[in-house]
Amino acid sequence: MKQGTGLSVYSGVAIGPAVVYRKTRHTAQAVRGTPEEEQKKFEQACGTAKEQLSRLYEQAKQTVGEEHAAIIEVQMLMLEDLDYLEGVAEEIAAGEAAAEAALNCGEMMAQMFASLDDEYMKARSADIRDASRRVSDILSGAEEFQLPEGSFLLAAEDLSPSETIQLPRERILAFVTRQGSSSSHTAILARTLNIPSLVQADIDLDEVEACQILAVDGFTGQWFTDPDTETLEALLEKQAQAAASREALEAYRGKASVTPLGKKVLLCGNIGSPEDAVFAMKGDAEGIGLMRSEFLYLGRDSLPTEEELFNAYRQVAQTMEGRPVVVRTLDIGADKQADYLNLEKEENPALGLRGLRLCLEREDIFRPQIRAIYRASAYGKLHIMFPMVASVWELSKAKQMCNQIRRELIRDGYAVGDVPIGVMVETPAAAVIADELAKEADFFSVGTNDLTQYTLAVDRQNAHIGDFYDPYHPALMRLLAWIAKCAKEAGIWAGICGELGADPKLTEKFIEMGYTELSMAPGKILETRKLICESKV
Amino acid sequence: MKTFTYVITDPLGLHARPAGLLVKAAAGYSSAVTVSTDAGKADAKRIMAVMRLAAKQGMTLTVTCEGADEEAAAAGLLEFMEKNL
Repeated sequence: MKQGTGLSVYSGVAIGPAVVYRKTRHTAQAVRGTPEEEQKKFEQACGTAKEQLSRLYEQAKQTVGEEHAAIIEVQMLMLEDLDYLEGVAEEIAAGEAAAEAALNCGEMMAQMFASLDDEYMKARSADIRDASRRVSDILSGAEEFQLPEGSFLLAAEDLSPSETIQLPRERILAFVTRQGSSSSHTAILARTLNIPSLVQADIDLDEVEACQILAVDGFTGQWFTDPDTETLEALLEKQAQAAASREALEAYRGKASVTPLGKKVLLCGNIGSPEDAVFAMKGDAEGIGLMRSEFLYLGRDSLPTEEELFNAYRQVAQTMEGRPVVVRTLDIGADKQADYLNLEKEENPALGLRGLRLCLEREDIFRPQIRAIYRASAYGKLHIMFPMVASVWELSKAKQMCNQIRRELIRDGYAVGDVPIGVMVETPAAAVIADELAKEADFFSVGTNDLTQYTLAVDRQNAHIGDFYDPYHPALMRLLAWIAKCAKEAGIWAGICGELGADPKLTEKFIEMGYTELSMAPGKILETRKLICESKV
Repeated sequence: MKTFTYVITDPLGLHARPAGLLVKAAAGYSSAVTVSTDAGKADAKRIMAVMRLAAKQGMTLTVTCEGADEEAAAAGLLEFMEKNL
């Protein structure tokens, strides 16, 4: 037995035979003919590649749907592009081998696309590389990868989009790749397929090839080749438990979240990036109760453009197919610093210039985001939610800006939907004046994490006073009850989007208080629905 | 030479799929067909060039057809755009 670890991108346990997927190696020594011969070889290979792609397209249409299969269709068109064909012909005429020419020209075009100022077009460079590699593989005599019968775990250095799309997904038990990240294609596919998978695994592919059994524990991020009896038994036990509890919850998929007494709750997912919306759907979310916007701003050196933001929000709106999506506007401050914002250092960033406060001061940050949300609202039921509100005037001012931006967009001919504007109730001030805010807001969603920290004056980051961080504190419970009451009286809805939203000990209590929406990690939704359906309220 | 303009209404703009359809449609005519935006110009029979325009919703496309069947090409492509873009 050998073992090691990787970055788990989906939990669960998989045990079975392993298959190593290797990128076809190029036999550079292939005999090089005259330019005329090479040109002829290239044309034949191009034809073969298009035939392969066309078969793949039909296959993909069945398994992943027409929209995803379009990736393949685009690759077919690329192989018919005159710029590409002429480029290859020129290189061949100049003495290059067909396989090399196909690869070089593909790479050149891929780089051209990668440099475009358009996220969608940038992403197409992977398709171009894929298509030209296919031609080049055919030319250098590399066989198409053959998979064995039955189910297996797939190990690879890394997997490209077209490689993952052509895999027989129903037979794959797990992915283990040496490269990749939690947002790579493989990871996304693993989550979509609900199979345990590791990326960045410290695994030797030759050893995998030699082993009989590969096991992956997606809970711990461990892998084992030829596990010993003891390990195997423990893994099997874990696998059975996970399957049983998942199975039990599956009964709640697609069911309404209604209590025995007929109280309806909207169970939503919290997401941190547009890609996560897919998992919210997989988790059976009835909407997105909190889409954080920070990821769009952090880890880069300039503000995201309106176009980038628009594409991100549109993607979520479309993925959620008409279900409500609450976008929290940027909550960034001195604690989550992005250098290009040039924010001054603060003694006490939790109480500093952050959230809506920053947005009200910096129109250059706020305006593109609001424009992007309104533009994306043509594609789904988007909501705007402001963080860190403490006074009615802040909400009024922000709403005024939003309305102005909305009018401008309509004047300029953009399609704009109805976008409710709400408050993320997370300061004690906002909670206490909830009755006043309810007159101005279209909805409330309580951010329990910050509300707890501010109400109890306990720093969440400070481990020494962790015992005093009590989310069940009566002060907090009274505020929560009051917020729901104010919302109800004003005829608006109230929800919970902090960690407490998925706390099974509080689900019933929240419903009794009058909350009609709970938002949580997508994986918790079925569990919570079960609780609601079995509750006594 | 026949020229017409068309404002893109498709929310996704001239992305890969409509670009592919456009190239196929343009290839049906013997005339030379170019598509241009404020940012650049592309041979409508070359998909990479058309995609590189990265034309978005709301942008104006200027289509020029030149050749023996330019009348038919312009009429046909306008109809194509109204249907697909």
